[in-house]
Amino acid sequence: MYKKFVSTFAGLATGAALFVGSAAAQETVEVLHWWTAGGEAAALNVLKKQLEEEGVTWEDMPVAGGSGVQAMTVLRSRVTSGNAPTAVQMLGYDITEWADQGVVADLSDLASKENWDNVVPTALQKFSKNSEGQWIAAPVDVHSTNWMWANKKIFDEVGVEGDIKDWDQLIEVLDKIKEAGYTPVAYGGQPWQDATVFEAVVLATGGPDFYKKALNDFDEETLGSDTMKQVFDRMTKLHDYVDPNFSGRDWNLATAMVINGKAAVQFMGDWAKGEFLRADMKPGEDFVCQRFPGTEGSVLFNSDQFVMFKVGEDKRDAQLKLASAVMSPEFQIAFNKVKGSVPARTDVAPDEFDACAQKGMKQLAEANENNHLYGSLAHGYGAPSAVKNAVFDVVTAHFNGEYTSEEAVQALVDAVASAR
Amino acid sequence: MTATSTTATEPLVRPRRSSAFRRGLQDWLPRIVLAPSFAVIVLFVYGFIIFTVYLSMTSSTLLPRFDFIGLGNYVKLFDLPNWWIALKNLAIFGSLYIVICCVLGLLLAILLDQKIRGEGVLRPIYLYPMALSFIVTGTAWKWFLDPGIGLDHTMHALGWTSFHFGWIKDREMAIYTVVIAAVWQSSGFVMAMFLAGLRGIDTEIMRAAQIDGAGPWQLYRRIIIPMLRPAFLSAFVVLAHMAIKSYDLVIALTNGGPGRATELPATFMYSYTFTRSQMAIGAASAVVMLMMVASIIVPYLYSELSTEREQ
Amino acid sequence: MSTATEGPQLGSGSVFGRAILYAVLIVFAVYYLLPLVIMLLNSVKPLDEIRSGNLIAPPQHWTLQPWLSAWSEAQVGVQATGLKPYFVNSFLMVIPAVTISMVLGAINGYVLTKYRFKGDSIVFGLILFSCFIPFQIVLIPMAKVLGTLGIAGTVPGLVLVHVVYGLGFTTLFFRNYYAAFPTELIRSAQVDGAGFFRIFWRILLPSSGPIIVVTIIWQFTNIWNDFLFGASFSDFDSQPMTVALNNLVSSSTGVKEYNVHFAGAVLAALPTLVVYIVSGRYFVRGLMAGAVKG
Repeated sequence: MYKKFVSTFAGLATGAALFVGSAAAQETVEVLHWWTAGGEAAALNVLKKQLEEEGVTWEDMPVAGGSGVQAMTVLRSRVTSGNAPTAVQMLGYDITEWADQGVVADLSDLASKENWDNVVPTALQKFSKNSEGQWIAAPVDVHSTNWMWANKKIFDEVGVEGDIKDWDQLIEVLDKIKEAGYTPVAYGGQPWQDATVFEAVVLATGGPDFYKKALNDFDEETLGSDTMKQVFDRMTKLHDYVDPNFSGRDWNLATAMVINGKAAVQFMGDWAKGEFLRADMKPGEDFVCQRFPGTEGSVLFNSDQFVMFKVGEDKRDAQLKLASAVMSPEFQIAFNKVKGSVPARTDVAPDEFDACAQKGMKQLAEANENNHLYGSLAHGYGAPSAVKNAVFDVVTAHFNGEYTSEEAVQALVDAVASAR
Repeated sequence: MTATSTTATEPLVRPRRSSAFRRGLQDWLPRIVLAPSFAVIVLFVYGFIIFTVYLSMTSSTLLPRFDFIGLGNYVKLFDLPNWWIALKNLAIFGSLYIVICCVLGLLLAILLDQKIRGEGVLRPIYLYPMALSFIVTGTAWKWFLDPGIGLDHTMHALGWTSFHFGWIKDREMAIYTVVIAAVWQSSGFVMAMFLAGLRGIDTEIMRAAQIDGAGPWQLYRRIIIPMLRPAFLSAFVVLAHMAIKSYDLVIALTNGGPGRATELPATFMYSYTFTRSQMAIGAASAVVMLMMVASIIVPYLYSELSTEREQ
Repeated sequence: MSTATEGPQLGSGSVFGRAILYAVLIVFAVYYLLPLVIMLLNSVKPLDEIRSGNLIAPPQHWTLQPWLSAWSEAQVGVQATGLKPYFVNSFLMVIPAVTISMVLGAINGYVLTKYRFKGDSIVFGLILFSCFIPFQIVLIPMAKVLGTLGIAGTVPGLVLVHVVYGLGFTTLFFRNYYAAFPTELIRSAQVDGAGFFRIFWRILLPSSGPIIVVTIIWQFTNIWNDFLFGASFSDFDSQPMTVALNNLVSSSTGVKEYNVHFAGAVLAALPTLVVYIVSGRYFVRGLMAGAVKG
């Protein structure tokens, strides 16, 4: 009944739009997104210009706020009032949930014409299509979360050579750094950051299959297993290496600690790279990028996508132009170079990217082939928001000392069960 | 109150020929002009409340769904540890916030009422926080309270190295930093209400008491403060509704952290309704919140409106 | 109204007592000013100095660049427009919303005090209770209503929302104010044959100055600072200033230019600050006459 309601009003709104729009014959797309910071907003401007060349006006509807929390609230109100934007930036299961409401547009014809099925990583496609297999979204980038960033000078000082292979070696290194008088881990205590580190530890501790069972499939037995307890123990261990003021710190301030040489490493997704580059540091020379120790070979991904909403026929053409422009290799390269991520298509030449990004692109392609590409829980690709946030609650509470590891395992099982 | 109006003494209008229709219209006019406001309120407030109550008994997730499933969401709600944390925090935050704002507001009002030179400068300074949005003043407070860069850091830089103030990073104490920032925002407003109350007291009564030999402290305690009862009640209502609605402040200052130590019902409700796509549970928490508000406001309104009747 | 009295003297007016009195008042002034000072100080520092230095230290290198940036250069969306264009949107929304809610509130207050009817207290109680509704719950149903009316995402839609949820307060203010207004004046005017609106216009309104100030301050600040409604019910071309400010300060990735944020915050607050400072003198007087009366 609700869907009917929505579509009725969508129809009414279309009628009104036709009436108003007849004066200006120009095509428009209205885009709801949360990219308002300098670099990425400027990168999006590339898309805007590209569309303008094709005669499509970009109507900008930015609403900032951590991973689109505010933007999703706005979207609810826009869709309910029958005034949906043309395209909306969205992540993971949010896309699936909106697709189930029957308010998104079908891009299948365009996708088959442009052969999206063959160029977009398979694990990602699941989130760009609805339950009937129709393309409904155009992925802009692929981020990966299981990275470790380190200050090269500190690493040299304590004698770290080459990549750190596993957890035990990581702890050795962190101990040495602590002795040398640095903060070993630059840490931002916000739920999503806690979860970003947590999922890397899950992957490192239990391996790829364990990660999938625990944080993609939410298998109850896996969640309650001894391995999960070990994961929480390791989180407790990491707590020894953070400074006392970690709570509430923004991720980029934590990155700044590594850049300034106050702290040695940060566990964070590849968007952290942009901060290093902006501080004129060179990958390999001034800072180190490597996978979270023990997770080499697997990639936890997160991808920004533009979901297309049902709009009137008059806007349909512009909408398709937008989708096509988003998927064009030129835009993918231009955008991802700025954003720190890698293109959402595997057929883009890596030449224009920096060393870390090239590493990332190669690993993404490999992980895609070996089926070791998993959705990041911390960024909405592991579970719907209810479950995701239930896990955040437990992880954050445990990291802040509210739970022992045993209690945390039990709380995790309970929280997931109650949220599903 | 001596609201005199010079215009009242002038003949306003020439007497007019009155018809039955006109008189009838004049009788009904007041109700007719009140009607739109009332209708709008009935729809947009009470209609929406009913909608929310119904929503709380459905299985709504991302968007509303209209299947009736009974009271299960309330059971679920009170099973959630987060909700209990939010309620406990509201009790701590709400009571401290209201009490401190009232005490501080009254104190400042009494002090400002002492023939202070520069009152015109001080009053806007006390009042201005109310004018600012918490989206960024919250950030200023967050910085100031952060031991790494704020007060703590400054004291150390000035040589007072044993100084420590890290409440905002402390799970047990973080809720009190929310109180500090909230008091900062609204105590000036409460001060203005009390100041207005003080200025409105009939000087005759004070003079009479002074003649009876009451000292200034006694005068305040026995006569003046009790006479501020309406101001206290107004302040209480304004503060109570702000305590219950507090959202921006917590988001900007601690975002519910460390951990979930500063979660409040308003942040809980927003997060379940919109961020977590558990709209039905969010609605249930909203209904509980509304009942809490009603339990405070309705008795107040009742007593206020009925004492007025008696007068 | 000019006979505002000062309270009884505390501390017997000795020099020492007065000194303490002023000291206490100044300490509190510092407490209230501190966040504003922090914001202002850091809005004229280069970013490096903020990152590395002391929050309360005065800037070593003064710069007005953050202010320029916040006003017209900062990225608040795809285009680097600064906050400038959003001020217009906010004013287009705030001015009608404040005016309409005030006029309705005044008329409601007038009717509820001077033309009392059976059940008027209940009507007033119901209107007043609307002040306490948490805004989050009205979002979805409001969106439906706005969609039905065809004003979703428009300035009139935003005005409607703010008028509706401001009515409780404006009615409260005017009702309490008019309750103290001598009803005999109204009655005698009626005897003279003056009609409903004429009495309102000629008798009540001219003496409503103080309460109009209170209402303007209250409504203007609340509507100007509102984020939730502004974000949810606006379109790409009607986003108010708070949404732009939020876009400026809370983008989750990328460099956080705190100096620009603080400059933007102060800029965004300027209209409300001006309203407070200009009309602040009348504020207490207005409260005295209206809001604190039972």
